[in-house]
Amino acid sequence: MNALLAIMQRDLLMVMRRKSEVLTALFFFVIVSSLFPLGIGPEPALLRKIAPGVLWVGALLATMLGLQRMFAADYADGTLEQMAISPTPLVVLVLGKVAAHWLVSGLPLVLIAPVLGIQFDLDASALGVLVLALLLGTPLLSLIGAIGAALTLGVRGGGVLLSLLVLPLYVPALIFGAGAVESHVSGLGAGGHLSLLAALLTLALFFAPWAATAALRIALE
Amino acid sequence: MNWNSASEFFAMGGYALYVWGSFGVCALAFVAEPFLIGRRHKDIVRTLRRQVLAEKLELENK
Amino acid sequence: MSNRLMNWFKFASPATFYPLAGKLIPLFWVLTVLFGAAGLWLSFFVAPTDATQGEGYRIIFIHVPTSWMSMFIYLIMAGWAAMGLSLNARLSSMMAQALAPTGALMAFLSLWTGAFWGKPMWGTWWVWDARLTSELILFFLYLGFMSLQASIDDPRRADKAGAIVALVGVVNVPIIYFSVKWWNTLHQGASVSINKSPSMAMTMLWGMLLMALCLWMYSIVMALTRVRAIILERESHTEWVKQLSEVKP
Repeated sequence: MNALLAIMQRDLLMVMRRKSEVLTALFFFVIVSSLFPLGIGPEPALLRKIAPGVLWVGALLATMLGLQRMFAADYADGTLEQMAISPTPLVVLVLGKVAAHWLVSGLPLVLIAPVLGIQFDLDASALGVLVLALLLGTPLLSLIGAIGAALTLGVRGGGVLLSLLVLPLYVPALIFGAGAVESHVSGLGAGGHLSLLAALLTLALFFAPWAATAALRIALE
Repeated sequence: MNWNSASEFFAMGGYALYVWGSFGVCALAFVAEPFLIGRRHKDIVRTLRRQVLAEKLELENK
Repeated sequence: MSNRLMNWFKFASPATFYPLAGKLIPLFWVLTVLFGAAGLWLSFFVAPTDATQGEGYRIIFIHVPTSWMSMFIYLIMAGWAAMGLSLNARLSSMMAQALAPTGALMAFLSLWTGAFWGKPMWGTWWVWDARLTSELILFFLYLGFMSLQASIDDPRRADKAGAIVALVGVVNVPIIYFSVKWWNTLHQGASVSINKSPSMAMTMLWGMLLMALCLWMYSIVMALTRVRAIILERESHTEWVKQLSEVKP
């Protein structure tokens, strides 16, 4: 537990020294979400309909922007190797890094989503569901993304390759996350979608760090 | 038998484009794939033959 | 261990598998042609015309088998990759590498034939049907596997990284399929299916089965021929390769 917190603290410190990285993903989310109404038209009914999907895709892409950051710097300067041979299990350290990544890349998206939701004329309860769905979904995105980030460490064309690997795996999160808001708006209730999202998150919490650790060891060989 | 004549067969009751578009592309793919693998095999064999020959000549010249 | 078990493990070496594969390929070509002839005959000359879809429904005899094969090959590929990862066996990883392009092709053909079936039946080239959408994502998973392996220079690292991708994919394919099905029913999209009488159903089932067997045999041929090329490429420094009759000067 100490090691987990220590690594989280370390990663957060490192990010704080380069605040621009944090803000880039956030601004990307804001800008992309604003582009869709500009491209599609200002009609409120239409915007309300596309809002969940657009905001979720924006969150997805914004998360992906920051994925490479998870392991790349440590891999480059040899810290990752040290982590691999340290007495603390690598899984714990990976979990810590994913948590730090989420705090920096995922949580801000959750917090700013209501503001963007207002741009799309979503009502208060729908915004609540949106925030809850993103709260469950963004950690899921960070966890799955960690696997992709670990696999593409130091590989040519890493960024685009990472997208190709990770986006298909993001589809269930997208479907249930956006679907939660949509079904709430249409009166069917978001319970089912949110439960499934929570189930996926639990699954990912157990398996993703393990898969990412295996991928890291392969990259370090 | 479903077809009274060859032209009926090729016409596929009006669906010719779709049926032959499907089966045709698949047939194309199933010809192209073995061909490409065969070419890959020939390429590597050619490279290996050159390599082995080069090694042999190097040995003889020593 | 009994002698027979020892004998099988001997083929885990590229050097012994290479000639074995070479001998097996003609056999599987024959099976491919036999099943293909039977399947096509059933598809075009035995199966009657459909009441609603006319002759257009015959696409099912190539669409469904390609879909089945794309999923089946993915499972087999992941299995070989897992074996290569856990047993540290080069040849198993090479088999996974050999299967991927054929699987991707099957997925692509499934999408293509699905589109060509959808156009006359539903008026559009693409339908966000649960199965077609899942097939599309499966295609992306194949592409991801192949791209990752192509991007990593060290072959053993490529093998192992690919194995992780394949295994993560295998776990995710049911999840993705289920989520897409859920999404599709909520949005009440069209479904690629067909109404049939019981007798027609038997003929259709046999047609699809025979075509699927044909494609299975074909896939085995492709995997064996491709793995032979891969073996030569990756084992080029070994003595046994240099001594091969096709290579020796």
